[in-house]
Amino acid sequence: MWMGLSYVCWGISVVLAAWMLYDWFKVDTTYSEAVLTSSREGELEAVSEKHRI
Amino acid sequence: MTAAVDTGQTTTIHGDRVSLLRVLGPAHVWALGVGIVLVGEFTGWNFSADKGGALAALIVCWIVGLLYTSVAMIDSEVTSTVAAAGGQYAQAKHIVGPLMAFNVALFLVFAYTMLEVSDAILLGDTIVAKAGAEGLTHNSFIAATIVVLAWLNYRGVLMTLNVNFVITAIAYISIVILFFSVSPWTQGAVLKLNELVTPGNALPYGWIGVIAAFQFGIWYYLGIEGTTQAAEEVRSPARSLPYGTMAGMITLLIAAAMTWYVCASLMPWEYLGITYYPLWDAGKLTGSPLLEELLFVATLLAALASANGCINDAARAWFSLGRDRYLPSWFSAVHPRYRTPYRSILFLLPIALAFAFIADLNQAITFSILSGVLQYTFMSINIMMFRRKWPLGTIRRGYTHPFHPLPAIVLFCLCMVTFFAIFLGFGSQLIAMTVFYFLISLWFHFYRYKFVRRGDQFSMPWPKPQGY
Repeated sequence: MWMGLSYVCWGISVVLAAWMLYDWFKVDTTYSEAVLTSSREGELEAVSEKHRI
Repeated sequence: MTAAVDTGQTTTIHGDRVSLLRVLGPAHVWALGVGIVLVGEFTGWNFSADKGGALAALIVCWIVGLLYTSVAMIDSEVTSTVAAAGGQYAQAKHIVGPLMAFNVALFLVFAYTMLEVSDAILLGDTIVAKAGAEGLTHNSFIAATIVVLAWLNYRGVLMTLNVNFVITAIAYISIVILFFSVSPWTQGAVLKLNELVTPGNALPYGWIGVIAAFQFGIWYYLGIEGTTQAAEEVRSPARSLPYGTMAGMITLLIAAAMTWYVCASLMPWEYLGITYYPLWDAGKLTGSPLLEELLFVATLLAALASANGCINDAARAWFSLGRDRYLPSWFSAVHPRYRTPYRSILFLLPIALAFAFIADLNQAITFSILSGVLQYTFMSINIMMFRRKWPLGTIRRGYTHPFHPLPAIVLFCLCMVTFFAIFLGFGSQLIAMTVFYFLISLWFHFYRYKFVRRGDQFSMPWPKPQGY
């Protein structure tokens, strides 16, 4: 049973790793680099929690 | 093509920008912090008994508890003000400066990645020990742990930390069940603390043994500061982060005390100090098959929760470095659908796998502890500078920690003791890591920093610091 579980673990690892690589490729070819790297630190606070003392 | 059109998400979109999702609450912060740490009750803390005896393990439980209470208080104050992914990295950038921030980010990535590696090895070894099957190795279980959890992190932070909340709670409840199953109010029936810890063997190596025990006493609480990595994804950072972190610390202090009491009352210190599974062994020693199975499952769940939180935190620290161009900005990409730092998660995945396959548990744990203690040392200095540059009343704080500067001084002193303890046990690794951080700092200062957009990296809308 344990050896079977070990093979299942390898299988799941390969499938999920392949899915992530596929999704990575899909996203990188669908969206521009400017959009993907557009996150900015601090803008959340600036927008939704106006800094007042 | 804009992110707002394609993602279908309704929050955290600012024009055409794709940001991390702001969906977490205090329970998720608790799950992140306690989830990373709780594995230390299932293995790790008990090696302090090998260094100094059972009583030394209890003494460091409380003294290191003081260290981490200081960490939690200081962290809660600063991060409730600097609410950005990267946690202590963002704090260091705004309060100390870029070189410190770069080092702190590396401390974070090393501490969490090595802890993730340790968790995966522990999980694999635990299953192999349970199976007892000839020819079975831990590699497949390590691979599945790291890849499945990376996939979970890739798919979204809300589900990742919901899962962490459930499995952390189950692991925690198992400790409570074990504690009450052994009639902790009576000695002699199941527990034999009076016989196992006597004046003759309580501190077999004297007080130097207590000092040496600090190195593994860290494991009672290592990683609680990881709550701050969620700063950019919680709905209300000023409330959720202090609340989740302090609640987590209280939870862990209770778990640590219960764990020590049960284990020290069931096992002689000579065995307690070398076993890899103190709580699982305690379950076996009660004679209850149900408790034995429960603690076996809880050990696996604690390792999973810890690795899961570590992947979350290491990826956010790496992502933050990319966003400020301390590393190539390629790493700062956010997945337009799942809103996770997917490239950072994928980049760190093979690194964790490689270390898990080639490193042994002791090496991985030591690198994690060393990076953690370096980070705590920074935090004691950081809070002093923070209070001096922006005294109370000059900027808004979600939480103000009491008794300043006492927690910072206590934290700094206990970090020095812990460095000495690590030097006693792993002096060569300590020197090697120090040299590594020195060389990487030179690389950053003389080469990498010229790529950084210097004005963009300071994002907090604060007044000028006092004295500038």
